[in-house]
Amino acid sequence: MTNIQPLDSLSFEDAMGELETIVRGLDSGQAKLEDSISSYERGTALKNHCEKLLKQAQLKIEKISLHADGTVKTETIG
Amino acid sequence: MSDDLFSVADKKDYTPPAPKSNAPEMSVSDLALSLKRTVEDAFGRVRVRGELSRVKIHTSGHMYSDLKDDKSVINAVCWRGQLAKLSIRPEEGLDVICTGRITTYPARSNYQIMIESMELAGEGALLKMLEERKKKLAAEGLFAPERKKPLPFMPKIIGVVTSETGAVFQDILHRIRDRFPCHVILWPVAVQGKGAENKIAEAIRGFNRMEGHRPDTMIVARGGGSLEDLMAFNEEIVVRAVAESNIPVISAVGHETDTTLIDYVADKRAPTPTGAAEIAVPERAGLLYQIEDDALRLHKSIRRILSDTKNRLETRTAQLGTPALLLDTKTQKIDHISETLVRVFERVVVQRQKHLIEVSSGLRHPKDLLSEKGRVLAMMSDQLKRRGEKIGDSPQRNLEHVSRMLESLSFKSTLERGFIVVRDQTNKPITDPKEITKGMALSLEYKDNIHISVHANDS
Repeated sequence: MTNIQPLDSLSFEDAMGELETIVRGLDSGQAKLEDSISSYERGTALKNHCEKLLKQAQLKIEKISLHADGTVKTETIG
Repeated sequence: MSDDLFSVADKKDYTPPAPKSNAPEMSVSDLALSLKRTVEDAFGRVRVRGELSRVKIHTSGHMYSDLKDDKSVINAVCWRGQLAKLSIRPEEGLDVICTGRITTYPARSNYQIMIESMELAGEGALLKMLEERKKKLAAEGLFAPERKKPLPFMPKIIGVVTSETGAVFQDILHRIRDRFPCHVILWPVAVQGKGAENKIAEAIRGFNRMEGHRPDTMIVARGGGSLEDLMAFNEEIVVRAVAESNIPVISAVGHETDTTLIDYVADKRAPTPTGAAEIAVPERAGLLYQIEDDALRLHKSIRRILSDTKNRLETRTAQLGTPALLLDTKTQKIDHISETLVRVFERVVVQRQKHLIEVSSGLRHPKDLLSEKGRVLAMMSDQLKRRGEKIGDSPQRNLEHVSRMLESLSFKSTLERGFIVVRDQTNKPITDPKEITKGMALSLEYKDNIHISVHANDS
């Protein structure tokens, strides 16, 4: 694995991409045992991170209202 | 007819009578006003089709123009207030149908139409106008593919520009909730009618100006409608606002078959508002499934790698063998080597023996040698004997010759010349006087074999 980024700074897309790369790498079975194990650990962490990001998602609906002075305000609706 | 009437003299003297009329005199203004009333009464409101020409919007905000066809022209005026309410923007060359009152402009002896509303003359003309606008904006590069911004894979906030009422926003919300719930902000706008384009453009710019909860994806949407209903999304101000947006824009205006200019400038075009939601967010269930699948593959892979490694280790261990086995192998090797050594040694000894036999065969027993030499000797003696016999038989001539040679070389010839040979009693010649002692008996030999005995005196 090249530069390992801390999970919190990883976007879902990047985390998923890295996970896919790890899965493909392990599937090919070319890596050394030690690397395989660290890849596996990283892969599991990435999977948890992705899952967390997916499950965090919640619907929140807001509406913009304009004031007479031209300022913008958002209010939650729905 | 009388000739008099045509006589020159008569003509010369003719003075026309002063004009007399019972019609009252009118001022120009009276007439103009009268005409104005007549025209207005006669025509009232009209719908007239023509091509806009010499369009000029005065600083006062009023528009002065001509409406013409191939033969005639009529002045057209549109007051500022009306102008803002027109559904289309008057442009040079547009084929339009204007509705308004016919009136006159007394100050210029003009008649004109006061435009109240204006529409494009037929869909063909509208499309032609849109086509030209599209060409113009495309020439500016606003629709260039390299201007398109990529959409975020998983947007955090989606800004929606559409009508607050109507199904469009609900359709979008519904699909977002199904696929991937996230934060949605609606910027409500009028999506048709006068000034709608300004509100839409302002909403697009407004989302871009937002700080804090600024959307990272924008949807500009409207439900289906007639070409005229969708016109706001064809307006330059909207197209430019989308082009300038830093937030990627998905357009979803009308039905799939409707194409408005915003669709060309948007970063992504959705066929419907629901389609826009599908483009904006991924499907969470699919992603979850994919992640689960990845995790499963991860587990399988690591288990396989571990078991493979274990198998390899076992194979290697088996290949390594036990120490006893190793020792046996070595012992065997030593046995083999020593055996070879013995064999080689034996071979060398045998070789040497053979060599010795060869050499000793050359070494002969003295007895053998003696007997052989004896044989040779016997043979030689035999030969010698035969030779001797032969010599005995040799011719006289040879003998004489040899005798002569002997004679010529003999000391006897010296004796002939008077010399003598001195011998001692043993008949041995004395050649050195020192050998002669006092009183020694000497024999002197002269020629012809004459011997005289003497005694040596003391000298």
